[in-house]
Amino acid sequence: MEKRDVAVLGVGQTKFGHHPDKSLIDLFAEAFYEAFNESNIELKDIQAIYYGNFVGEMTDGSANLSGFISDEIGLKGIPARRYEAACASSSVAFREAYLAVAHGIYDCVAVGGSERLYNAGTAIGTRALATAVDGLHEMTAGLTFPGVFALAARLYAKKYEIPMEKLHEKMAHVSIKNHKYGAINPKAQFYNKFGDLKVEDVLNSKVICSPLTLFDCCPMTDGGSAAIIASADFAEDVIDNPVYVLGTGQSGAGGLFRQKEDMIKAIPRKISVEMAYKEAKVTPKDIDFVEIHDCFTIAEIIASEAMGFFEYGKGADAVEEGETWVGGSIPINPDGGLIGKGHPVGATGTSQVYAAVKQLRNEFKYNQVKDAEICITDTLGGDFGTLVNIILGIHRRK
Amino acid sequence: MTDVISFKEYFDALLEGKLLGLKCSDCGAYTCPPKAVCDSCGSRNVKRVELSGRGRITTFTTTYVAPVGYDKEVPYTVAMVELEEGPWIVGRIEIENADEIGQDLIGEEVVVEGKEYPTEMFYPDKKRRVVPVFKLVKA
Ligand SMILES: [Zn+2]
Repeated sequence: MEKRDVAVLGVGQTKFGHHPDKSLIDLFAEAFYEAFNESNIELKDIQAIYYGNFVGEMTDGSANLSGFISDEIGLKGIPARRYEAACASSSVAFREAYLAVAHGIYDCVAVGGSERLYNAGTAIGTRALATAVDGLHEMTAGLTFPGVFALAARLYAKKYEIPMEKLHEKMAHVSIKNHKYGAINPKAQFYNKFGDLKVEDVLNSKVICSPLTLFDCCPMTDGGSAAIIASADFAEDVIDNPVYVLGTGQSGAGGLFRQKEDMIKAIPRKISVEMAYKEAKVTPKDIDFVEIHDCFTIAEIIASEAMGFFEYGKGADAVEEGETWVGGSIPINPDGGLIGKGHPVGATGTSQVYAAVKQLRNEFKYNQVKDAEICITDTLGGDFGTLVNIILGIHRRK
Repeated sequence: MTDVISFKEYFDALLEGKLLGLKCSDCGAYTCPPKAVCDSCGSRNVKRVELSGRGRITTFTTTYVAPVGYDKEVPYTVAMVELEEGPWIVGRIEIENADEIGQDLIGEEVVVEGKEYPTEMFYPDKKRRVVPVFKLVKA
C-alpha cells in the first residue's frame, strides 16, 4: 500500500537532569505543550497519543500511564497507549505513530515520552535499567548496562586487535566530544559542566564496569520529550517549516549470548538502518548529521560503523581524528548525545527527534550543523536488542 | 520431536554440575541455554543433551556499581564463554585480579559449575538464583 508523506509539526523537550518535583505526567505535559505551541493547531486536532516509558513501575510505582496522560494534558478520551522498548521506547512510539499517519489511520497525533531515573537513585536505577537484559540468564550473573558495553568494548578490542588501553583512549574522545556539546546545550543535564575534558579525565574517573569508567557512561536522567506529527498535507496547511519523516526502520535480537561476537557488528541495527535508508531513498552519503544512541562511548563507535559511516573496526579512529565532530565528515550528536545531554530512557528517542528537527530548521543556535538537510536518528533498546532508526529531512521524499 | 527444558530444570542440573542444552535434529547445532527452537535454524526438531561444560572466555567485565539486590556481591566479574559445542553463555569468574590480567584472560579455558545465590525482588526464580560459575582450567 502506498504510504502518505508524514511531517513533524512541532517538538518539545524539558530540561534534562534532576526533577524531584515533577511527575512522569508533568514532564510529558511540559514537553508536549512546547511541541503543541509551535504546531499551530488546536487540541481537538490531535487524534491519538503514542507515549514511551520504560520503567515507571520501578521509579514511580506507575504503569498504565497513557490514559492518565491523555486526561491530564487536556486530551480526554482519545486513544492513548504506552510503548515499552527500553531505551528505544519513544522511538518505537514515534515509528508506530508515523506508520499510523502514513497509512491514513490518523491525520495528526502526539508522540513522546518521559522517565525519572535520576530521581530513583543509582541502585534502583541500575536495577531498573538491567530489566532490559535477559531477565534469567544475564541477570542471574548480575549483568548491568555498563556491563553489557564493557563486554562489547573488550570484544571489540580483541576482534580488531587494538590493545584495550589504546581503544579506551580512542573511546575517551566520544566522551570529550559529547560533553563539549552537552556543556553548551541549555537543556542538557551537564549544561556548563565537563566542557573541557581531557583523555586522562575519562580514563582516570571511577571504574563502573571495567574497563568503562564514569565518563564512558551516560548519566541517570529525569526528563520528557514530545513531538506532534501529521500528514504532510495537513502540516503544510498549518506551518511554514515542516520537517518530513523520510523513512523509518526497526529490528531486534535476543540476549548478548544469542548474538555472540556479532554483538559488536550490531546486526539488528544494520537491518533497521537499511530499512530506513531504503524507504527514504538515501544512502549514508546523503546524511548531514546523526543523532546516535551513545549510552556508552563504545556504543557510539559501534553504531557509527553499523550505520554505514565507517568500516567495521574503524569507528574508534574516526572519532579520534575528528570526523564525527561538527565540521567533520559526519557530525554525530551535536546536542551532546546521551552522554552530554542525559538519558531519560523513555524520553530519549523523541529528544533525538527534537534535536534533529531544531537542527534541520536552523534553530540550533549553540551548535548548528551548516546547511543540514537530512538527519538520521538511532535508538538502541536493551543489549543491542531493539533498534529504531528515523530519517528526517527538509524536503518531501523523492 | 520437541524436547522442552524449563529454566528450573536447567538450573537444577547446573547445580549438579550438568549443563543441559538442545541439539537440533535438522541442522546439528546446539542451543544453550535452551529455548523453544534451535537457535541456529529455528527448527522445533530439538533433542535434550548434556553439554561438556567446557569452553573459552570471550569477554568479561568486573562490576563495581551493582543494582539493588546485588550490592553485597561487588566487585564481581561477569564473563561470556563460548562453549565447545558453539553456544555462548553468561556467568561469573571467581577471580580476584581479573582486571590485572586484562585482555589476556580472553581465550582462557574454563569449565562451568552452578552456584546458588539468594534471589532478589525482581528475579524470575523466587527461591534462589543459580549463577553459572566459570573455573579456569589452568588454575
Ligand atoms: Zn537447527
